Amino acid sequence: MELLAFGKTGWGDELFIATLMTLAVSITAILIGFLFALIFTPLKLSKNKFFNLIANCYTTVIRGVPELLVIYLFFFGGSGAVMFVASIFGYNDYIEINAFITGSFAIGIISGAYSTEVFRGAIQSIDKGQFEASKVLGLKKPIHFFKVIMPQMLRLAIPNLSNVWQITLKDTSLISVTGLVEIMRQSYIAAGSTRDPLFFYSFAAVLYLLLTFLSMKLINRLEIKYSKGY
Amino acid sequence: MDFDLMISSFPKLLNATLITLKLLSVSLIVGLILGILFSIMRINKNPIINKFAYGYSYFFRGTPLLVQIFIIYFGLGQLEFIRSSFLWIFLKEPYWCAIIAFSLNTGAYTSEILRSAFETIKPGLIEAGKSLGIQSKIIFFKIQIPIAIRQSLPAYGNEIILMLKGTSLASTVTLMDLTGVAKYIISTTFKPIEVFIVAGGIYLFLTFLIHNFIKFLEKKYSF
Repeated sequence: MELLAFGKTGWGDELFIATLMTLAVSITAILIGFLFALIFTPLKLSKNKFFNLIANCYTTVIRGVPELLVIYLFFFGGSGAVMFVASIFGYNDYIEINAFITGSFAIGIISGAYSTEVFRGAIQSIDKGQFEASKVLGLKKPIHFFKVIMPQMLRLAIPNLSNVWQITLKDTSLISVTGLVEIMRQSYIAAGSTRDPLFFYSFAAVLYLLLTFLSMKLINRLEIKYSKGY
Repeated sequence: MDFDLMISSFPKLLNATLITLKLLSVSLIVGLILGILFSIMRINKNPIINKFAYGYSYFFRGTPLLVQIFIIYFGLGQLEFIRSSFLWIFLKEPYWCAIIAFSLNTGAYTSEILRSAFETIKPGLIEAGKSLGIQSKIIFFKIQIPIAIRQSLPAYGNEIILMLKGTSLASTVTLMDLTGVAKYIISTTFKPIEVFIVAGGIYLFLTFLIHNFIKFLEKKYSF
């Protein structure tokens, strides 16, 4: 227990901050993922073959390649890509991107592929009559989407999105390879300096379990909220 | 684009794929056995057995695979009684540590897949078997298990693909699997995109093979 004390004698405060970091990366990543899903879900559902191909490539490649490989691509290639873009605009100095941004971007792209599939599935399982009815009623496109399709889609998507959240949360542990101090990295540092890896990695496991447990509770509430009337 | 690097790194990466496949196949076999065992424990009515199996799957599904590997590889070696026991022969090798972690992990997911498959079997089938006077053992092995296997094939196919991606974590405990070699080449040549295309292509090809194999099995055992 001494090892977990707050302040200079223990690792309690460091691990607490690391947990917040894990949460911050996960939330940023899943939001970036939603952004990607917002772009690729319409492409996936569109009748244009070319758009379909792009969206299918994105989801197939990302879901078929290990997360760690994607993270290495961003970690080693990220600053190079940004510098290349910057050099087009005439900026030639070395740019270093911080680990938080690279990490949450890499995880976000992965989580986006899963979210895209979830949203696609949810929209496709909405009854056709709903689309037709809102067309017949002459609803405008935004109202049709936000008031008719979206609420129904969310109800169907939330259980699967909770899975995506769990995957994203667990994937953030992989960012530790880039040096971002989240739960895994902090445990690695603590384990190295106290020579007590069993304790610190087990404690990291407990922290992750706590995070998944608490987020499940929260998502269950959302699920109840959105399934009102069913 | 450095095509020479892509061509020259291909045989190295292909060689490393063998380790990835070895890790995958051994842990899938052990994981399947564990999964069957724990799924049977999950549908057992004894609350202690039931809760134990639930706790197992909850722990391994709720924590990242990386933590599990690190606990087994870095953590267990710290315990004196493990270092003096025969287990140390396995636990000192990163290869076996990775396999133990992967097997326990995929075992947890497999047990959940099989459990939900057992639960979707219509009770009428079991009742029909009972009313025909078939022994409950034979009902279990000849009726419940074949149906459960067919039911769980699509989900298990996904699990195999997830596990294929999971084996990439072996590179964090010094194993030179496909991802490990890819990372090594990237960090020596600083050409991440080229190596990513080749290594990612190999992973995608493997995913494609697994996906089609499962589809073939699904068709073969459909009813």
